[in-house]
Amino acid sequence: MHSPDYIHWFADVGIADRPRVGGKGGSLGELHRVGINVPPGFVVGTGAFEHCIQALEAQFGIRAQIEALDPDDLAGVSGCTQSIRALVEKAPLPADLLAAIESAHDELSAGRAIHPVAVRSSATTEDAIDASFAGLQDTYLWVQGAADTVSMIRRCWASMYSVESVTYRRRRQLPEAGVAMAVVVQTMVDARTAGVLFTRSPTTGDRSVITVEGAWGLGSAVVGGEVTPDRWVIGKITGEISARDISDKAVQHSPLATGGIEEVPVDPALRSEPCMSDDELQALRAIARKVEKHYGHAQDIEWAVDRHTGTVMLLQSRPETVWSSQDAAPVARAAADPLAHVMAIFGGRR
Amino acid sequence: MNASAKPMSFPLPSSLKVVPGTERAQAAYPYYTQFTPADDQRFWFYNSMHFPEPMCAFDMVTAEAAYCALGSSSAKVHVIPTTLGIDHRIINGRVYIGGNAVTDPSEIERRVGEFQQRAFYYYANWETLYTQWREKMLKLIDDSRALPKVELPEFEPLEHVHAGRGIASNHFLLDTYQKTLEGYFRMWHHHFEFLLLGYGAYMTFFAFCKKAFPEISDQTVARMVAGMEAEIFRPDDELRRLARRAVELGVDGNFTEGVAADAVMASLRTAGEAGAAWLAELETSRDPWFNINVGDGFYHYHRSWNDDLTMAFSGLPGYIERIKAGDSLERPVDALQAERQQLIADYRELLGSDEERAAYDQMIALAHRVFPYVEGHKFYCEHWYTNLFFNKIREFGELLSKHGFFATTEDVFHLTHFELESAIIDLMNSWSTGGAPHGPHHWPTIIEERKAAIAVWAQHVTPPALGPVPDVIDDPAIVMLWGITREGLETWLTAADGTESKEIKGFAASRGVVEGTARVVKSVQEIDRLRQGDILVCQVTNPTWAPIFQKIGAAVSDIGGSMSHAAIVAREYGLPAVVGTGNATARIRDGQRIRVDGGRGTVTILE
Repeated sequence: MHSPDYIHWFADVGIADRPRVGGKGGSLGELHRVGINVPPGFVVGTGAFEHCIQALEAQFGIRAQIEALDPDDLAGVSGCTQSIRALVEKAPLPADLLAAIESAHDELSAGRAIHPVAVRSSATTEDAIDASFAGLQDTYLWVQGAADTVSMIRRCWASMYSVESVTYRRRRQLPEAGVAMAVVVQTMVDARTAGVLFTRSPTTGDRSVITVEGAWGLGSAVVGGEVTPDRWVIGKITGEISARDISDKAVQHSPLATGGIEEVPVDPALRSEPCMSDDELQALRAIARKVEKHYGHAQDIEWAVDRHTGTVMLLQSRPETVWSSQDAAPVARAAADPLAHVMAIFGGRR
Repeated sequence: MNASAKPMSFPLPSSLKVVPGTERAQAAYPYYTQFTPADDQRFWFYNSMHFPEPMCAFDMVTAEAAYCALGSSSAKVHVIPTTLGIDHRIINGRVYIGGNAVTDPSEIERRVGEFQQRAFYYYANWETLYTQWREKMLKLIDDSRALPKVELPEFEPLEHVHAGRGIASNHFLLDTYQKTLEGYFRMWHHHFEFLLLGYGAYMTFFAFCKKAFPEISDQTVARMVAGMEAEIFRPDDELRRLARRAVELGVDGNFTEGVAADAVMASLRTAGEAGAAWLAELETSRDPWFNINVGDGFYHYHRSWNDDLTMAFSGLPGYIERIKAGDSLERPVDALQAERQQLIADYRELLGSDEERAAYDQMIALAHRVFPYVEGHKFYCEHWYTNLFFNKIREFGELLSKHGFFATTEDVFHLTHFELESAIIDLMNSWSTGGAPHGPHHWPTIIEERKAAIAVWAQHVTPPALGPVPDVIDDPAIVMLWGITREGLETWLTAADGTESKEIKGFAASRGVVEGTARVVKSVQEIDRLRQGDILVCQVTNPTWAPIFQKIGAAVSDIGGSMSHAAIVAREYGLPAVVGTGNATARIRDGQRIRVDGGRGTVTILE
């Protein structure tokens, strides 16, 4: 049993549920609904966060403490947020909330002794700056067991009370009652290869190509810039692979038996080998097209290939923002006389 | 334009010397095609696309007729605002060309007004004018075929005398020659009647696609526009039909790989009714569809399938085998058509706004309207008519060699068209006077000298361009037909000091990766050497080479762009192809193992 207020399975949510499950959670639910392969998981919704903070509020009045802070008083902000973070991470959780999370975790691991998960914060805000200050990019990988999972969820929550985040809210005089956060708990893929892809060219903004970057092991090495990934440019419609830059991939991220991940050297025989086959790239292209079509907007996607099954999976998909915000004048407009278009070729540069 | 850019220059024309010992052969080319000191002021590039080999004196008529007609179309008929025509010069048998751009804004403005009254009329009435064009072209072909056979009887035939013709046969030699030449010049005018407008409309759509989709491949744009049923596909379709008939008639056993066409034909003649029936089918295909030559029609020795059945017959055993294996060999025209429509719709959907979509619709509609001409004219002009033309000249070659002017018929192509006329007059005179012609003492040494010069020039590397590079290359004819841009020229300049690399780059014409044995095929006579799975490495892949596409593993060519039919045919066969490498035939040795990556446009020498 889990409370609908706290736990939301991917199957039950979509992008419209963003206020309750955050962008990341809503997007994973949406992908799941469309039939895209995403590792199973659930979202610890904003209701859970609210429930936890309410309990602390009742005991310690934390919201009033924060609202009283002067954003220019660094020492004051620092001292206050440190103690609040300690409370969020360590104070006893309401029993029903703890039980709901533990029960969801057990359901996800389905009786397996070891079932590593990724714990990621999921922002409800669309403000990217706000999100990054608020530690809403937090990701904890290869987390094992219900207890550790709960700790990581609470660490995500606590990031809402970082110095930067609180200062940011105080400067804008945002009410503490509006603070919300969701956390995604997702089965971890033991990735043979992982990376990112963009359904527009990051360099030219071309909407007809998909740029894929990938490297051996977990995707965190690519996202974190620890390795120069292989890179392919694929025609979105034609499937033509117009660029293949295979790099020397010196390191990879691998799971640690004790939980978490480590950076290890890549097998010398594999370092300069492409980490994706053409068939896998084409599978990725098909998935990317489907996702983009579903959203009607260019996407920025994290993906992984399962080491054991070879399945290509999506870990995350969010709207591309850089080029989309730059699209201005159309390349050309319809002309009253369609023949006038040829003057672009014949009329000289005027 | 760019202040920091260094002024770019290739060697000046005056610094390019005639190869020692070939000066007289060089002097044979008309005076107006020789470089002059004033030419140092202008930019020229070697037209290796159309003239990849040194040109015989006679074959130069193609450059002359083509540039004359091209310039007429752009400068005078359609009055293209920014360009006049293209000048050509010849050195060491190589054709250099340079455009005459219009740069004065007020002059461009004046020409815009003229252009719109002319070109827009053509676009608006394209189908009618094109139908008319085909009629004109077929009439021209008929006229050419109706020209009398080139011969000189001992006495004037009695029927001419009794009919009171009053004009002797020798006169008709000159008459026929002049009509032959006139027809060829006229054909080139027809060739350019629509061509620049057609390419321009295509380029308009192309440029739009490149802006909207900066990384789209040239080939993809070509696929959106290319037709499926152009005349140029017919010869290969006929071959498939003949293969089917061979199986139906039960004469398929007469076709074995590696057996010469003559031997196959001989065996069919003794194969009873079925053999005769197949040979009759062959004849219906030959006229007109085997009037297709194995190059672009610019060299007299690019013979047609009709004149040399090697190419056509080399494809038959493979086709027959596939039919027996259950393949109908029908080109899936409907599927290809549907695929093209899907491609157009998919790219349309990716556009940024409905405004862009509306512009896209207008531009692709115009491109589709003009493209049948762009694809179709080649069969009539560069193939059918050109074959008739060169074969008519051969008749003169045969007659003149019979009269001792030349050692062989083909020697006729070492005379310029002016010189050939003089040789014909020489023969006319001697026939009537009964005296000896001068030609037999005059021409043989000259021809030997010119043959030797061609051989020397073929080994001589010529610069890709000459003279100062203009800041802007904005001449639509040059950009459209040759793909010359300032950026491209920069690579030429840097490539000049290039080191030996194992990788050769070209246009990605048809995707797929294949490794195999390279067969460097320099002439159609070598087609027979190709075996199943070989990689064809040649100077030009022409659609007429399609019959051998079924047995090769991949194709690589020196010349050719994304609009080339070779690319489209290769794609239809699912055959990896890299075209326009510039020098693959020079860098790859016959028999080497190579890898062709048709998606990236690279060829790697593996050993």
